[in-house]
Amino acid sequence: MIYEGKKKIWSDYQKDIPDDHYFYVRSCIRQTFFPASEAAFLEITRNRLGKDVFETEHHTTCGGIAYHCDTIPQETSMTIIARQFALMHKYGYENFVCSCVTSFGLYCETLEAWREFPELKEKIAENLLKSCGLEFAVPKVLIHSSDLIYKYRNPIAALAKFKLVNKKTGKPLRVVEHIGCHYSKMFPSKGVGGAEYPYVLIGMIEAWGGEIIDYPERRHCCGFGFRQYFVQANRGYSLANTNKKFESMEPYNPDMIITNCPGCSYFMDKWQYVIAEMNHKTYGEDGHGIPVFTYEEVAGLVMGYDPWDLGLQTHLVGPEPVLDKIGIPYDSDAKYKGVNGKNIGKPEEVDCIK
Amino acid sequence: MGKLYERLKLDYRFREGFNSCINCGTCTAICPAAEFYKYDPRLIVNTVQSQDDDEIEKLLKSDTIWYCGECMSCMTRCPRKNAPGLIVMALRNLSIEMGYYMESEKGRQQYVLTKDLCGSILKYGYCVYPRTFKYETHKEAGKVWKWEEEHLDDVYERLHANLDKNGPGAIRKIPKEDLDDVKRIFDVSGGTSRMQQVEEDGLEKAGELGLTEEEYSEKVNTECKIDHFNH
Repeated sequence: MIYEGKKKIWSDYQKDIPDDHYFYVRSCIRQTFFPASEAAFLEITRNRLGKDVFETEHHTTCGGIAYHCDTIPQETSMTIIARQFALMHKYGYENFVCSCVTSFGLYCETLEAWREFPELKEKIAENLLKSCGLEFAVPKVLIHSSDLIYKYRNPIAALAKFKLVNKKTGKPLRVVEHIGCHYSKMFPSKGVGGAEYPYVLIGMIEAWGGEIIDYPERRHCCGFGFRQYFVQANRGYSLANTNKKFESMEPYNPDMIITNCPGCSYFMDKWQYVIAEMNHKTYGEDGHGIPVFTYEEVAGLVMGYDPWDLGLQTHLVGPEPVLDKIGIPYDSDAKYKGVNGKNIGKPEEVDCIK
Repeated sequence: MGKLYERLKLDYRFREGFNSCINCGTCTAICPAAEFYKYDPRLIVNTVQSQDDDEIEKLLKSDTIWYCGECMSCMTRCPRKNAPGLIVMALRNLSIEMGYYMESEKGRQQYVLTKDLCGSILKYGYCVYPRTFKYETHKEAGKVWKWEEEHLDDVYERLHANLDKNGPGAIRKIPKEDLDDVKRIFDVSGGTSRMQQVEEDGLEKAGELGLTEEEYSEKVNTECKIDHFNH
């Protein structure tokens, strides 16, 4: 392939990410399991970088999980999405940023279907007016919140107190990056770098001093599978796929994992515990698992936020090995304390994984 | 050309996801479900492409269409720009519309999924909500989640959430007027009638089996035949 050809292909996967003025919608999974990550996103973008990222309490779920569990018709999810877009318009915004990768994929699918089938768009606009009395609108720009942190990766690096570098050896931390399937597998042109070479997390890790690991099952799904997790009888599917990824990455000795999808963060953390219980196997050093982080948590860590302010105490796989390698200070006694040091007990010990 | 195939063609996902399959099997090679279950998306697309109503009906009544995890990895790699994942979504939708989903174990799982997810959306405005995500049924979430569940308000306050409170923030209380909007969206777009149909079908089946609603929920949530699996 000639160089000019390569440049053209890469240019197809570049993405217009405006610098400022966003309407923000939350993720059901991220706000349930990683609420401090969403708080870090808003703290960094608004207070440290001075950006306008607006949120209203009036937005709801996009219905994406229900849609991908086939419990609601396509028309229902599209009308909920039309309501989210209408709220954006009502509050005077054109740029829409969402916290959830499932939502991002569904927003992309919806906009594409409306573009391809104008009669469907009209039907949804009618539904929206009839049910909510709102004016139909579409965003000028749709991005995922990891796109925005990618956009700001260098300003964040400039403000950073720490680098993703092992302070003892001076070598970059070895990082597995995992991209949620619905970020770009459905619509490659909508993700930074496309589906084959998604660059959104690589860009962050490289800017913050780490080194990316390539491994055979790098693009394999984390195993969420929607109904394959939400129905108890199906959970083996989810576990088996996560297990496949960990077996594949093990020989490359990763120090940490970063993901842009809250579901992937949840499953790659929790299933390590189940694998340890079932197979007596851990993938980190000395009985530790491999710590899994959201990109907001990694941004927060390099910027010097307290690990417990970022919610790392709620991870099943302890983050301490990574904090120690980088040299990030933390107070072990404060790990499970509430606000103002309130004693709220702590989780029971598990002996199969650290 | 059969009537079921014609019904499938009405689904926008089918129209977007089905061009013409060359049976190369790339979708099956990349599919996480195909490795775990006795599942082959290539065969599903081939059956649909045959336009043979009898074969499509068998598919709609089978466990097969419920094995997909909707990761959409197939969509990236298909050399003819088909999306077997979208075709499966259209098949599932038609299976529910026709009532065929009640003839398979995996199809009957719609009862608990619909009740839990749609119930959560209409009541709280979220698909997942921490007060209903129980350690007892999610032990993989570990002792950390058990501790979070026991101290939910304190933990969420520490994590800067706005649990069940007014105003913006994580897991805030979504105002009633917004939940009312969502309910009306369900009403006008087929969500409510879908919920009612799945509930009625499930309760009828529970009655046939002589089970209470709770016993039936437990059954469909946990029942699993061994012959679903590849290994």
